[in-house]
Amino acid sequence: MSVILEARSLTRRFDPRLSLGDRIAGLLGARIEKRPVRAVTDVSFAVRKGETLGLVGESGCGKSTLGRMVAGILPPSAGSVRLDGAPVMRGGRKTTTRIQTVFQDPFASLNPRRRIGETISEGPLAHGLIRRADAPAFVAEWLARVGLDPAVAGRFPHQFSGGQRQRVAIARALAMKPDILVCDEPVASLDVSIQAQILNLFLDLRDALGLTCLFISHDLGVVRHVSHRVAIMYLGRIVEIGPAARIYAVPRHPYTRALLDSVPRLRLDDAAVAFTPIAGELPSPLSPPEGCAFHPRCPRATELCRRERPALAAGEDGAAVACHHPHEGAAPRRAP
Amino acid sequence: MTAPLLEVRELRTHFLTRAGVARAVDGVSFSLAAGEILGLVGESGSGKSVTGFSLLGLVDPPGRIVGGSVRFRGQELVGLPERAMRALRGRHIAMVFQDPQATLNPVLSIGAQMALAVRAHERVSDRAARARAAAVLTRVGIPDAARRLDAYPHEFSGGMRQRVAIATALLHGPALIVADEPTTALDVSIQAQILAEMKALAAASGTALIWISHDLATVSALADRLLVMYAGRIVESGPVGAVLRAPLHPYTRGLLDSLPAMAAPGQRLRQIPGTAPSLLALPEGCAFAPRCPRASPACASPPPAATRPGRLALCHHPLEAAA
Repeated sequence: MSVILEARSLTRRFDPRLSLGDRIAGLLGARIEKRPVRAVTDVSFAVRKGETLGLVGESGCGKSTLGRMVAGILPPSAGSVRLDGAPVMRGGRKTTTRIQTVFQDPFASLNPRRRIGETISEGPLAHGLIRRADAPAFVAEWLARVGLDPAVAGRFPHQFSGGQRQRVAIARALAMKPDILVCDEPVASLDVSIQAQILNLFLDLRDALGLTCLFISHDLGVVRHVSHRVAIMYLGRIVEIGPAARIYAVPRHPYTRALLDSVPRLRLDDAAVAFTPIAGELPSPLSPPEGCAFHPRCPRATELCRRERPALAAGEDGAAVACHHPHEGAAPRRAP
Repeated sequence: MTAPLLEVRELRTHFLTRAGVARAVDGVSFSLAAGEILGLVGESGSGKSVTGFSLLGLVDPPGRIVGGSVRFRGQELVGLPERAMRALRGRHIAMVFQDPQATLNPVLSIGAQMALAVRAHERVSDRAARARAAAVLTRVGIPDAARRLDAYPHEFSGGMRQRVAIATALLHGPALIVADEPTTALDVSIQAQILAEMKALAAASGTALIWISHDLATVSALADRLLVMYAGRIVESGPVGAVLRAPLHPYTRGLLDSLPAMAAPGQRLRQIPGTAPSLLALPEGCAFAPRCPRASPACASPPPAATRPGRLALCHHPLEAAA
């Protein structure tokens, strides 16, 4: 399959806003330190048509910032996102409706004062995808497709449960007939039994519509379930990317391996569980460590890692890892 | 067999709202031995947190404990005067909440608020109180604890703050800690650190632990025994391994099957249809029946207790335990 979506050297910095006092001091000649937060640095990847790329990492690793750039919501500081070769943003504005987003919190992403039927039809009407006369039938069709009763089109978001609201959010995104769907933690705020319903709906619609997806989550189990390929982020960079089955069976980056080891697995026997947590905490993205950003927490770190940042190097198995001392062979893991 | 540390019988906590009576906890019974780790799992609204709050007498109006008994070391806690409860709380029974951002006082240094907690129950000098605080902070894995006593909560990361909350709970060497979703807001790598520390601490100090969570995997890694709550009741209980290997209650089975780990990647998950019932209008019979694949007309009457050695399920049609 051909590449449909491409991120080229994407970088996003956030400059701190100076207080009035600091600005005046600056005008008077004082040296004001202004350290930008480097949320995403030099990230490149390609997604083939019909493929789902899972993006995992812990809080603050830049996965949502990356997702927002891919979705055309946030302009990159450098680099570009390309859909069939054309940039998705130009002059700070999104140039296409072919990319749509489903956000984590359907409480915040649906307009509370608007009936959900209007929420679903608003985009397609504004972009001339449907005529106003056809809107009610169009809304009814989409509500049915996401498993809701078409009769609820006149209701407001607060009349729905979290799971139902997420169904509305999916309908709104898909009603724009996108080719690419960016999902940012779409099931993070849902209970397990509702999460399963939404994941099933996502898989059904993705396959039926042939969607290409960027699926962002902190939940390694959920990402494994829906993704063909997976990218692991750490402090604003991709440290490992490749086929999901390969990454989970043979994690090569020490961070990927440690992250997978940290996930508690269902214990079906009565043996005691040994925990092998990663030492230390995520460093601040204001001042990431020199060399490899993971080296202060890495059991395999050497002098080289402190000095030089490893490049993301592709291997023969279609995967790439940014590490001077990657693991070889399968992880000694308990069965899931 | 010695008397249990905690014995809960037919506990009922209801919320008297304008829309009606929400039966958040509706007849919960369990017991806990000294040093035991109990996992209490359930989805939103199942009553697991309210159960935890009820044990410590922390239910605010319109909520009220309307019936049942909570005996801690033989002493009845339901109806205990607030003064007596305060003497117990923090000293013999401590609680760790989900959000340390909300439970730590932002304008007091860590050392100052921990010293307050020490001196709430013991007459010791400020210096001795701070030394105690530094000692427990070291135990929960905070490096350089003595120096960090002067730091404020905002100077700590989320994981560090939760460690402070756990350290505060440990100050008086309580016999029981009730932890309500203590790692839910944390990243997996930090969660793994805290789980490892909790397990070691409970083993070393003989503290019993009630670990309330929506996450079956986390609970299974930590707990000895599992309680599964649905719509205000404990629908299944037993040793963690036995319950998860072969659940008796169809709801426990459904919860397990909903996990992505239980299906091949990309395959449909076996979902539980529908949503949890409103606590304002619980049915007379089994509250899970409308979503249950095994439901029959019999389920309209209150479910009987199906027992196996060491296990219990409230169900008319329990699954057969294979192991």
